[in-house]
Amino acid sequence: MSKHTDKFGRPVVVVTGMGVVTSLGVGKKDNWAALTSGTSGITPISRFPTDLLSTRIAGTVDFLKSSGKGAMYLTYELAETAALEALAEAGANGDFGGPLFLAAPPVEIDWHQRFALYNRKAEGVGYDRLLDVARKHPSRPVYDSTQFATIADQLADRFGTTGMPITLSTACASGTTAIQLGVEAIRRGECDKALAIGTDGSATAEALIRFSLLSALSTQNDPAQKASKPFSRDRDGFVLAEGSAALVLESLDNALARGAEILGVMRGCGEKADDFHRTRSKPDGSPAIATVQAALSDAGMDESGIDYINAHGTSTPENDKMEHLSLSTVFGERMRDIPISSNKSMIGHTLSAAGAIEAAFSLMTMREGVIPPTINYDNPDPAIELDVVPNESRSADVSSVLSNSFGFGGQNACLVMAREPE
Amino acid sequence: MTEKDVVITGIGIVSSLGEGPEAHWRALSGHPLHPVIDSERFKPYTVHPLPPIEWSQQIPKRGDQRQMEVWQRLGTYCAGLALDDAGMKGDEAQCTTMDMVVAAGGGERDQEVDTTILEASLTRNDREILLNEKLTTELRPTLFLAQLSNLLAGNISIVHKVTGSSRTFMGEEGSGVSAVETAVARIRSGQSSHLLVGAAFQTEHPDHLLAYELAGKLHRGSWKPVWSRQGAEGGGMVSGSGGAFLVLESRAHAEARGATIYAMIDKVSSARSRRGAEDLDQKIGALIDGTLGRDTAALAISGASGAHEATAAEKAAIDRRGHLTPRGFATMTGHLKEAQFPFGVALAALAIKNEAAYPPFDSDEKPFDGHVDTVLATAVGHERFEGAARVTKA
Repeated sequence: MSKHTDKFGRPVVVVTGMGVVTSLGVGKKDNWAALTSGTSGITPISRFPTDLLSTRIAGTVDFLKSSGKGAMYLTYELAETAALEALAEAGANGDFGGPLFLAAPPVEIDWHQRFALYNRKAEGVGYDRLLDVARKHPSRPVYDSTQFATIADQLADRFGTTGMPITLSTACASGTTAIQLGVEAIRRGECDKALAIGTDGSATAEALIRFSLLSALSTQNDPAQKASKPFSRDRDGFVLAEGSAALVLESLDNALARGAEILGVMRGCGEKADDFHRTRSKPDGSPAIATVQAALSDAGMDESGIDYINAHGTSTPENDKMEHLSLSTVFGERMRDIPISSNKSMIGHTLSAAGAIEAAFSLMTMREGVIPPTINYDNPDPAIELDVVPNESRSADVSSVLSNSFGFGGQNACLVMAREPE
Repeated sequence: MTEKDVVITGIGIVSSLGEGPEAHWRALSGHPLHPVIDSERFKPYTVHPLPPIEWSQQIPKRGDQRQMEVWQRLGTYCAGLALDDAGMKGDEAQCTTMDMVVAAGGGERDQEVDTTILEASLTRNDREILLNEKLTTELRPTLFLAQLSNLLAGNISIVHKVTGSSRTFMGEEGSGVSAVETAVARIRSGQSSHLLVGAAFQTEHPDHLLAYELAGKLHRGSWKPVWSRQGAEGGGMVSGSGGAFLVLESRAHAEARGATIYAMIDKVSSARSRRGAEDLDQKIGALIDGTLGRDTAALAISGASGAHEATAAEKAAIDRRGHLTPRGFATMTGHLKEAQFPFGVALAALAIKNEAAYPPFDSDEKPFDGHVDTVLATAVGHERFEGAARVTKA
């Protein structure tokens, strides 16, 4: 039986290790310094030519060994790099010994690989030709990149996680869902620790164009660092970005027994799906409202217990409006006074990784007593009355955070985190 | 028997054999058995194609149908069948509190656009500019959504109003195992009371065949049953289109609403045993023993893919356990990838409900004359990951 349980009798789940990579750099130290000084990681794209593209900026991670090698390789290396930092901090040596929950993008065969296949000696046109090439020249690396389980399998080998790893996608909420799966597994008593990773290295030309065709991306290319402007009147879309975060989740019992430092508490997780539209949320905000309420209720808290909100804050016209509506409904008049900021103003939208990265930054916000700002807040949207911690970070005593993730396809998930166990 | 037993109350399945539990029971218990195959369209590969489907039976709005590629449509259709079967379709109170776990692959790429780009690449060296040029002008904007993995779940929420929660697992056969395993664990622990879980796979798209064939996984030449492809030309897999969704509930939830129960999922196990290891058959055997128990005589609904190594290992593990009588259902449906495990669990539940075993699916399999109160379902991934379930009389 667990000694430390929450008010529902479940094991308390804490975080004992974190690792982060974003366009701002590798590791928590560099990221935190950049984040709290209001630095943007958004730059003109150099990875591929941007001729003919209406969006020519992104928050790519261009400084890892795999940065130019294709989405699968970079997505793996991002996850590995963040996990190494998290496991070192948690003092986890050797095999990790708990399950892996990986939020990762659905990655397809890279175009460079497609071109290479197609230009081999073969018969036929189009897919007939590709199949002919595959028959004559099977390619293990290209096959691996078609299998969604490849990255998690490799990470499981690398870190000695137990059992069959789970790879998941809930679009922009994926990183949050990975954490939620880990929290739930510990609460069920299946394990006393879990590794949750959100990773996304899929900023390819095709990904950019696909989001662009949905009119989801900012086209304010110049200057790049000003494009992501959540809650501003002239916001016009999100900025595609890459990154990763890893969190070592652990029962409080286990953490205390081995004398681990406790970085924060995963108090509650909530989710609710939207049934309105594939890219738009229900006009009354009810799914987002229900998600926030579910997270508070799972945390055994009411809305008065939240000190700071880490916004989904994508900088799309739709999201920021709906997020404001939903939060105002849940928190009422108090919403004007709760600080809320968007890390995406600086790092862009890291998609599958976003929920995990923002959870790590939320925990750091509490530990460091500093709230990272929403930068590029020069032209406030008058319809969104919020304390967005404009442009400069702020010292504050924050003991609890709500972190929001609202995804394309209607998948919404929120986390409530606390600085210390109750 | 406890209130938190996990019971199956709805089955929505589609394969080349037809749609729904009754059609599958008829097709699989009849004599002689007739696999439905197409060996011409994707020659030299054989596929088990989708049956004719009246999509509007489960997806009434044309607009919704247009927003999905076949794979998403198939999954959304199967989910509707499962909800109907459970008597929950259109029941707002049930659906808006129902959790969902979907195992998903990806969608179907636009073959024409890809072909245009690839053909042009034979004569142009500015391939990255070529990509920008063609992708920005030729891609249908909403195709992205019609292909995205998590949008199958998204469409189920939109069409069937299942909104309690929505999670999508990815990763071939293993994701189907994890989806069922997680669903069962959540219900048993009280984290969920009723849940929709499943997957769909549409193989009639060359991109999906290409993925397998890049590692030489597909069987070529004349069609053979799943256990009889060792030594034949190609890699042993014959792919099929199909889907399987299940409505799972705690016994208490099912009984409170007077639901008809097919069977109980007593145990689900999963593992990650290396293909290429000499003891793969022993690892699979240990997974089976750990799930079923060492001596329990049982019908074994095997999801063996046909892929040579994994299938030979599973066959060896089953053959060494004289108390198991296998039915390799890929012989009848083709391999359904993410949907393989949920489909196998559905077939197991059907046998229990009907208190009868399926006849042998090919001449290698023996008749089963024991009691059908415990059935094993397996899915050993063609390349990685494996799982098993013990399905019992509720």
